[in-house]
Amino acid sequence: MSDVRQHAEDVHEQFSDHIDVAVDDVEGRLRTLVDEYKVPVEEARRSVTNHYLEEAGLEREDIAGGGSEAAEIEDVDEPEQWIDLTAKVIELWEPRSDSVAQVGLLGDPTGTIKFTKWAKSDLPSLSEGGVYELRNVVTDEYEGRYSVKLNSTTGIEEVEGDLEVGDDTSVVEGALVDMQRGSGLIKRCPHDDCTRVLQNGRCNEHGEVEGEFDLRIKGVVDDGIDAHEVIFDAEATEGLTGISLEEAKEMAMDALDTTVVADEIRGRVVGTYYRIEGPTFGRYVLADDVEELDGAVDGEALLIRARSM
Amino acid sequence: MSGSQLTREVARRTFASEFNDATYTFKESDEERAPNYALLPTGERANRVFVVGTLTETEDVGEDSEYWRGRVVDPTGTFFVYAGQYQPEAASVLREAETPAYVSVVGKPRTYETDDGTVNVSLRPESIAVVDEATRNRWVVETAERTLDRIEAFEAWEAEEESPEGAPDATGNEYARMVDERYDLPVENYRRAVVEALESVEGSAD
Repeated sequence: MSDVRQHAEDVHEQFSDHIDVAVDDVEGRLRTLVDEYKVPVEEARRSVTNHYLEEAGLEREDIAGGGSEAAEIEDVDEPEQWIDLTAKVIELWEPRSDSVAQVGLLGDPTGTIKFTKWAKSDLPSLSEGGVYELRNVVTDEYEGRYSVKLNSTTGIEEVEGDLEVGDDTSVVEGALVDMQRGSGLIKRCPHDDCTRVLQNGRCNEHGEVEGEFDLRIKGVVDDGIDAHEVIFDAEATEGLTGISLEEAKEMAMDALDTTVVADEIRGRVVGTYYRIEGPTFGRYVLADDVEELDGAVDGEALLIRARSM
Repeated sequence: MSGSQLTREVARRTFASEFNDATYTFKESDEERAPNYALLPTGERANRVFVVGTLTETEDVGEDSEYWRGRVVDPTGTFFVYAGQYQPEAASVLREAETPAYVSVVGKPRTYETDDGTVNVSLRPESIAVVDEATRNRWVVETAERTLDRIEAFEAWEAEEESPEGAPDATGNEYARMVDERYDLPVENYRRAVVEALESVEGSAD
């Protein structure tokens, strides 16, 4: 039950600068919801917070840490979490839609993550190289890759000084043992900022659409200890197989079937050893740098070890 | 999405001599689709393996429908690979392969008991690909290293079991314990196989 008291103190703390309210009053409201109406404590806290926001004539972004938690980028591993980040804007990308005000890459000492800032949220502009305290951003996930969305409740405060950005690059060395579904010549949703892969001509978000062709491999690279899922984009796929997006389209057109492309790719890559370097997105490693391991190997040291055991 | 969240089984590296001794299979859960494991005698479970060797012979041993058997030879022995109508891609590789050729096989261990009660271990392929000699040699060295790691872990477990203090479960190596219960196969056999395999690669490199 001290749990409710703790929440009451947190809420009180958030409003202490704005309105004159007693902790007991906050706790009383929480207890009514939790004890009498059996509302889960998190939901009760949300409701009580809204009550005081209204009373004070404030927006959620005006109070500190409104229900979100301070987090580091490497901790982001599920969608729809409200978190606070202190991060540096590493890159700003060109928004592909009018609904997006800014899009780019954030970094902190633990890694990097994509962010999107909606136009309708009407937030201050972030500049490249700037370090910001971002309160109340929401995590999102798409195909194993996480991002954060800035929204109308997000608080942005520029922080003095620089922030070291961590290297979340992985190196995977092993045999490509499988190519997963969704590899080869695929179609993506043409809607701005969507790019979802179509299933039978349908986008999960936008329904039936005229897709745009793309080429990729979703592969499993296995070193006998772990199986790593690796995504090769069109450029990396061409580097690996010699098949360009244009050639893949021609192959599919000649055969009146897109699956010939995946079959051809599978034949060229499965069973081959690779060294892959690239950033990790969720459970995937994005193949930025790929090297086929076709050189000679030295078993001398192992032989000495085996003989001396 | 939930299906794809399941952890993919790693492809173990094992030489043929050890693979063919892995006659004990087990499941770790009662669920219908629970994965099946073969117990490697160096103390590891294997639901999937990756092997590279020389495809020396292929033969259609099927009666009513095609059922291809391939012999894939590594420096320590022979893997028997069987592919039928449910492995159409692998079957077509075996049908069309020119022997001898280096091939890599990703597949699952399968056991069957013959009329006289011996248990044979074979490999049901998920994929077969023709590869080059460099890939074969890399696999031999990699497999040697993985096998030595397993042998060391097994011997460490044994040493603790036999120590007078009898530190129970100090290393928690449950597959070593399973090997101890199920097999009577000295791991020394597999160390010797590693030495032979490495010597064959070193010899060919000179």
